[in-house]
Order: sequence, then structure tokens, then C-alpha cells
Amino acid sequence: MSRPYTPKVLTANALLEGDVVWLDAQGQWTRRMEQAALIEDEATADLHLLDAHARGHEVVGAYLADARPGPKGPEPTHFREDFRTRGPSNYAHGKQEAQ
Amino acid sequence: MYRYSEFDESFVRSRVAQFRAQVARRIDGSLTEDEFKPFRLMNGLYLQLHAYMLRVAIPYGTLNSAQMRQLAMIADAFDKGYGHFTTRQNIQFNWPKLADVPDMLDALADVGMHAIQTSGNTIRNVTADHFAGAVEGEVIDPRPVAELIRQWSTDHPEFQFLPRKFKVAVTGHKDDRAVTAAHDIGLRLVERDGKIGATVLVGGGLGRTPMIGKVLAEFVPLADLLPYLEAVVAVYNLLGRRDNKYKARIKITVHETGIEEIRAQVEAEFAARKPLFSGIDQQMLAAITAQFAPPRFEAGAVGSYETWRAADPVFRAFTDTNVTPHRHPGYAILTVSLKAHGETPGDATSAQMRVLADLAERYAHDELRISHEQNVILPHLPKRHLKAVQEALLAAGLATANVGLVSDIIACPGMDYCALATARSIPVAQGIALRFEALKLEHEIGPLKIKISGCINACGHHHVGHIGILGLDRAGVESYQITLGGDGGPDAVIGERTGPGFAYDRIIPAIERILRAYLTLREGPGETFLDTYRRLGMAPFKAALYDDPEVRADAAA
Repeated sequence: MSRPYTPKVLTANALLEGDVVWLDAQGQWTRRMEQAALIEDEATADLHLLDAHARGHEVVGAYLADARPGPKGPEPTHFREDFRTRGPSNYAHGKQEAQ
Repeated sequence: MYRYSEFDESFVRSRVAQFRAQVARRIDGSLTEDEFKPFRLMNGLYLQLHAYMLRVAIPYGTLNSAQMRQLAMIADAFDKGYGHFTTRQNIQFNWPKLADVPDMLDALADVGMHAIQTSGNTIRNVTADHFAGAVEGEVIDPRPVAELIRQWSTDHPEFQFLPRKFKVAVTGHKDDRAVTAAHDIGLRLVERDGKIGATVLVGGGLGRTPMIGKVLAEFVPLADLLPYLEAVVAVYNLLGRRDNKYKARIKITVHETGIEEIRAQVEAEFAARKPLFSGIDQQMLAAITAQFAPPRFEAGAVGSYETWRAADPVFRAFTDTNVTPHRHPGYAILTVSLKAHGETPGDATSAQMRVLADLAERYAHDELRISHEQNVILPHLPKRHLKAVQEALLAAGLATANVGLVSDIIACPGMDYCALATARSIPVAQGIALRFEALKLEHEIGPLKIKISGCINACGHHHVGHIGILGLDRAGVESYQITLGGDGGPDAVIGERTGPGFAYDRIIPAIERILRAYLTLREGPGETFLDTYRRLGMAPFKAALYDDPEVRADAAA
């Protein structure tokens, strides 16, 4: 039996900068997870993933990551995805530089 | 030190030009990521968690000041002003932009460096004893052999698509600071009947299935070494499994085939290949060896060293911990710790790199080494300069007197950077260092090697740490397994797991319990942690770790 679907965001790394991006509701890539589209059904998630693979001139390594709704927008459910929203813990580099 | 020949120079430049065109075609959409990825990996470019990462080889860990300054320049111009020295004697830049990478590679080529074969299923950067050519009791400087292997393996047409990556380490000393037993091939240069040759170990490796290398040949004369290595890699290239990535390393091939059968096949292959080596390799080795001639050591190099030691306790502590005896009278091998308490193991800022370059150029025959333990070494330092060097290091935040102690921790980048990691390593290392600094127990505890990996691939060598820590993802939570009793030396041993792992906020107290138990259990300050563990075994340490019911509940959670 397949696992029941849980809400997802579509995420990848930008081709030129390599930094983390998420797909927003307008189909654009955003640098901030709270602006990402939370995808509530599996069919839409699969379609977005196919579309992202076709946009290989913009991003690399697109995948679907579990997320949950939060007050500002989607939030990560796993620590790896949480780190991807910020950057490393040893220096204030990456996204946390601008936060 | 080896200087690039015209051939090296033109080869490296042509590779940069090729890669520049490949990057341009990736950016303009002519290449897909699937097409581009093998090209970028061949040139050391990874895509990590937050950014690209460029891994640059520092062959056998040897650098001159111009090369170190260029690394600093690259860190400033194309990265965030620092670099990370790794357990494979590489440096990694964590924040390059794709379009900048060809310029970074050109800048490396300007000083005779490259990032070729720092990734992919090829023969990787050849590592060596970081005290090579300087330490007492060495049979022979292993670096000419390492350089010969670098030249032979770079772009070797037969070995560009091996079943899996392939790592070679070389030592010329019985103390084996190169962890040769944990490499696909480990070479221990030895003397027999007045002749130099190598004991060849094969099938060592850490990672998912840790194994200690087995002796494939007790003695291969230097003249036969390259055809013999070629035979080993050729046999592996055919036998090695390509159906399962996790069973593709030569350690599995050796395990499944048996060392006797591997030996028979290697010897047959060697017999066929040896006649094809016309002796050019030996001419090249002789020419390379000439370039590794020791520096012109000065007489009277000791100066006022002993007077300073007697007068200045801070200087004495620094030299007690960070100096290793040199083979030449009046000289020191100085290990500069990149493990200041609370800092990231192996990281150096561009300013620190420049200080190290300046010190090497001014005082230490223009030579630097990077150790697999993620420190920097001035291998040939006249003792009369040690005071000036210590003061300059102090001003640069590089004079931490902790080499070989609790806080001299190997840590991989872990989930702070690495896309493969399952947990963080760096903050665990920082936390342990800060805790024992606060307790002022570091010198009381004495020699200890703690090694931390953020995933099962074991870049942090946790299996051969006296205390090893492995970070895992247990049901969406960072969890840390502890191993004890590992050793990366000549009689290498894989550490033994203590039991259930500890959560991120419990791992540092767990390490503290182990070391407090050691202080209670040891027969005296002369008995190291590893000796105490070997004498008493796991039981008392396990009791210290798990006997408290509250702790047991935490560990099991």
C-alpha cells in the first residue's frame, strides 16, 4: 500500500547561484520558503515536478519536500529542509545573511 | 617541491578551457544537467545543500606560500573569505557561483594546482604523511612516489570510469600518519636488503562497510610499483561491481573474491603489463625525486629556543603540544591548529592563509602541509624562529595549543553544507571543544582523537577515532552513535559501537561521561584513553554512558 500523501513544496537549487529555491503559486522560483506554494494534492505535485525537470536551465535537482502550513506560509517538517531555509549553523552565511 | 612541467601546465590549462566551454553551454541551455554533471564532477564541482562547492586537490598535502596566497585570493574573490581543509588533504570552497568556477580553476592553474579527479569514480587526490621529508625515522620521503602516482593516474584513460572512487595513500614512516589501512590502496614504503619498496595494502576503507586493508604484497620494489598499481586497479576495474553502488568499492571486491584470488589475478596482470613499462616511469621518478630534495638546512638553527621555553610558560605549552621533533638538529615541525575552541575544524580565513604563507616564506623554507587531521604544518622551521612564529600565529588566532588533544577534532562538513549528510558534525565538534575548554580538562585528559562524521560515508573517519561519532537521521531527528577504541595508525582498528545513539543535545554530555570515566579508570596520567580502553574494554565506558536510567531513556528515544 502506498503511503498517504502529505502536503509538499517543490524545491531545488538555482542553476547559476546554487542556492535553494522553492516554486511559488505563480510558477516562479522564490528564495524564501514561506512564499512557496503548498501543494495539497499528489497529482498537482507530480505535474509540478515534471514541469520543474523541464526547467533544467533554471534549477537543478528539483524534488518534493514535506511541508506544513504556518502563519507566514509553508514551513519545513524535517530538520534538513529547515537548514535549507537558513544556511549553515557555523556562520551566518546563506539565506540567514539577509534575514 | 614539485614544479609543473610544460606538459602539466598545458594539460591543466586545456582542461580549464574545456570546462569553461562546458559551463557556457550549460548556462546557455545546450547541455542538460544530466549531460553536464559528469563534466563538473571531473573538475571537482559539486552542488551541495546551499550552494556549489569546489574541491581543490592539494596533492600529498604539500603547498608553497604562493599557492597558499592564491587560495586566499580565491576565497576572497570568489567565495566568502575562507576555505575548508578536508581529511583528504583537499581544500573546499563552499560558496562559488557556477559562472565563476572556470576563473577559479584558471587562478589555480596559475600556481600549479587543479581540481581534476577530486570527484567521480576515478583515482582521487593521492594523500601522504603530512610530516614527510621532515620527521625523524622516516625510511624515505613518500611524496615523489605520490607525485608519480598523481601524474600516472591523472586522466589515465583506462581508469576514468572505475566502478567507484579510488583512494591511494602513501607513507614512508612506521608510524603511518596517512591512515594507509583505510584506503583502497595503502602504500607503506619500506627498506629491505638495502632496497626501497612498498608494502601494498588493498581493500581498506571506512564508509558503510568499514574494513582494514589487507596486505596484497609484502614488498614491491620501487621499479615495479607503477605497473603493479596499474595491475591492481585494472583487476578491480574488471571485477568491481557496477550493479550496486554500495558494493562497488574494492574493499567489497576483495572481500567477495578473496585476497588470494585477487593476488593471483594481480600477479598475472602485472606480468603482462610490466614489459610495457619501458623505464620511463623510473626516469620520471628520478626527476621528481630531485625536485623533492630537502631544503638547505641551516646550522645553529636552535637559537634561544630553550631559553624562551624556560622563561615563558605559554610558549612552553605551545611547543609542548604543537611541535614534533625534526630530523635535522635545531629544527622543528610545527603543527598549526585549525581547531581554535569553538571554531569550525579545518577552516581558515583568507587572512589566516596569508599569515601562514608569509610565515612559511619568511621562516620555514617556503613550505606548508595540510594534514588529514585538518591542520596546517610548517614542516621545516628553525627553532630560533619559533617565538616570532608563535607571536604571529597568536595575533591571527592560530596559536591554539591543542594538537592531539580533545579539541583537535576531525569533523566533516556534515549537514551544515553536505548534500549527503544525515546530521550536523561541525556544531558537535564546536560544542565538545568549548565544553572541555571550559572544564580545563583538555591537558589532563591528554592524547585523544575524536572524529565526527555526519553520515555513514565516514569522511570524518569516525571508525578510526579513539572516540568516533556518527550523525544519523533517526525518524526525522539528529541522532549520534558513538564508537570507541578505533585507531588509524599502523595497526589500524575499527572502533566498536557503544549502543544506542544520543540526540543532538545529549551527545556532548555523553562524551563528557566517557572521559570522566576514563579519568577515574586510568592507572595514571601516563595511560592514554586508548590504552585504558584496550586494557578494560567497553564495559566500564558503557556503564558510564547508559547506567543512569534517565540517560538510558534518552538514548533509546
